[in-house]
Formats: sequence, C-alpha cells, structure tokens
Amino acid sequence: MNSDDYITEFGMVLPHCDYKRVLIIACGALAREILALIELNDWKHIALTCLPAKYHLYPEKITIAVEAAVFKYSNDYDEIFIAYADCGTGGLLANKCKDLDVKMIAGPHCYSFFEGNNKFSNLSENEITAFYLTDFLVKQFDSFVWKPMGLDKHPELLDMYFGNYTKLVYQAQINDSELDAKAREISERMGLPLERRYTGYGDLETALSKI
Amino acid sequence: MSDEQDIILADLSDEELTLQMHDDLYDGMKEEIAESVNILLGRGWMPYDILTKALVEGMRIVGIDFRDGILFVPEVLLAANAMKGGMFILKPLLAETGAPRLGNMLIGTVKGDIHDIGKNLVTMMMEGAGFEVKDLGINNPVENYLQELESGEYDILGMSALLTTTMPYMKVVIDTMVEKGMRDDYVVMVGGAPLNEEFSKAIGADAYCRDAAVAVETAKEFMAKKHNQMVA
Repeated sequence: MNSDDYITEFGMVLPHCDYKRVLIIACGALAREILALIELNDWKHIALTCLPAKYHLYPEKITIAVEAAVFKYSNDYDEIFIAYADCGTGGLLANKCKDLDVKMIAGPHCYSFFEGNNKFSNLSENEITAFYLTDFLVKQFDSFVWKPMGLDKHPELLDMYFGNYTKLVYQAQINDSELDAKAREISERMGLPLERRYTGYGDLETALSKI
Repeated sequence: MSDEQDIILADLSDEELTLQMHDDLYDGMKEEIAESVNILLGRGWMPYDILTKALVEGMRIVGIDFRDGILFVPEVLLAANAMKGGMFILKPLLAETGAPRLGNMLIGTVKGDIHDIGKNLVTMMMEGAGFEVKDLGINNPVENYLQELESGEYDILGMSALLTTTMPYMKVVIDTMVEKGMRDDYVVMVGGAPLNEEFSKAIGADAYCRDAAVAVETAKEFMAKKHNQMVA
C-alpha cells in the first residue's frame, strides 16, 4: 500500500511527541498539499494529523471524526485548526466547529477553495456539468471513484453515473507531467473532454497562513 | 443470491419463476428478467401482476438490503437496469390493459444540480407502484416546476438534490408555491443523499423520503388520506 492509499484508508497519525503550537486536523486528501505548504513557508509551529480521506464517501462520518480528534488533542495544543470545508456535511461541521471553538476553511469543498472561493462561485454557475479532480483525486481515482462506483466490474454503469457531465476539470495544485498524463487517461476512460487548470493551493494557503 | 447452476427459466413453475425473478433483479440480470417477463406473458399473466408481483417486489427486496447496508449503489443500479428491461416490455401493455392509477406525480432535480440517479430510481418505482410520473429531468429552475404544475393535474411534487449547495433551492420552489397560493394543492416530497427529516420540515415540505421504496409508501399514504378526505 503506497502512502496515498494509506492516507485514503486510515489517515495520517501524528508523530510521537511532536509538540508544536498549532495542530491542523485535516482531510487525508489534503495531506500532501498541507505538508508542502508547511515546508514551503517554514511553518515550524504547525503539526499535522489527517483523518481518512475516504470519509468523503460518507460525509456523515466527518463531523463525528473531527469532534473526536479535537477532544483527543485539545489539551496538547494551544490552537487547533480544521482543514475541511463544508465537504457535504450540510453545515453540520461548521456548527460543530463553532461549538468546539475551532476554526475551519471557508467554502463548500476543496474544488472551491483550491480555485479560490470567490472565483469558483462565479465559475460554478456555468460549470454545473463539470466533474472535478484535484492532484489527490487524480492519484487516487481508482480507489476513490472508479472502484467504489463499481465501474471496474461494471463499466456499463458509466453513463448512469456520468451521463449528465460534459467535461472533466483537473485543478492542478502542482505542475507534474505524470499527473497530467494520468488525468488525460481518466478523461478518456470517462469519455469527457479534459480541461486542466493550474490552481496552486488557492484559499488553502490563505487560510493556513492566518494561523 | 446467484447460483452457479444453469437454470432453464421456462421450466420453472409460476411461483418458482417469480422467486427467480427476484433473485435475477437482485443480481442485475437484465436479459434474464426480459426473458422471464415474456415467459409469464406467454402463460397469460396480466402485465400489472408481473409488474407488481415480480418486478416491484424484487426491487422492494433490493431497497431493503440497500437500506441495511448489504447492497451498495452499483448493485442497486444494476438491479434498476434489469427492471428497466422488464418495464420496457410491460409499459405499452400496461397502457393497453389498463392498470390501476394511484395518482400523478411531477418530479425533477433542482436548479444547479445534474444528479439524477436517485430521481430516476424513484420515478421507476413510482411508475411500478401505479403512479403516472412526469419527469422534468435535471437542473430545474422554479419556473419549470410551476409551469408544469399549472398545466397538468398533479397530486405530488417530488424534488431531488445531491449537493448541499443545491438542496436549499427546494425552499425557493416551495416558497414560490406559497406566494402563488398553490402550495396546499400538492403533496411535496423531497429526497437526496444530504437531506434529512429536519431539513424537509424546515423548508416546508410534506415528507422527506430517504429512498425510492419510502417514496412509494409515502406517496401511497398521502393518496389514501386524500381519497378518504374526498369520501368523507
């Protein structure tokens, strides 16, 4: 199992005795991006732990897991930040974060905050038939999308799932020719034209820089 | 439920074949379902009986196992696809032979949302249960719903959404119905993965339906109440 597979299934555990001032409790789908930002900005005060990325397949688990993680670590850090947007919780996560007095990322989901919430909000009116991929989803497409939807065994279901989509938008956080090639392969498999947009880290970086 | 042994469908008794059709629906076997429907028609079964006793009952079992976490979305879609194969044969015959009609429903996915798997399942199950259903498709602004409601004779409005960002639009539709004084003329049922009972109440819907089977039962209950009120 490679590290992305592991983060999808189990999340990322904090290294033992890794005391910092701030702890980020993040979605596993953001692990690599947050680690890159920590290194890029030399944020020595920030530690990171991640919940399993696969919770996105069952959004009702996200709020419960975030609350449990906050209780687990709240005595060990001066501040905790939740690196999730609403992520399909229908406002439940935002309410819970308010109750727990912790901050989270603004916006509906990672496609929005990577693009920049304001920009995405303007774009999305005309993009309701777009299916989005991030770097993480390109890497984990089979285990996160294709297999859970049963498309590995029943490709005839493709049209029932994606028949109303008209394009695949790959929001690239980094420039990587291997990921670009994988995104092209996915677009061919889905039968959707590919649009690649370099977003960088968007509002994720803005939000973390304020911690 | 699948069996390795080859089964000759035409050799089965009516009762065995009906049970086999439940299994075949469960396993998403579209061709076998079509073959069995034709066998029962050949034996003189009424199309409505095939629909209710074999197909709808089979899908009801699929629905229960989906609710209980035994089956997942891909398996339900395969079952629905198999049922479609049977419905394709039965639909014209049902119109000819005259099946009981329980009521008329208008259904559609709300503005900004293109997801229709759940809506399509509800449509199929409602039709199977004896409702006439007009499907508005996806991405419907409030005008689409109102225009169709005003031009037809509907009992029920069904709205679907998969996204937390689009589900609030259901309230826009209901509020507009209230403004126009037409809200109480219809039963409004809502559904979709991120919805719940609390949301349904908050937006002023009559019922939240967590799956297609619940939608059918809920619609039947409302129609029975309406019928009783008219009789009283």
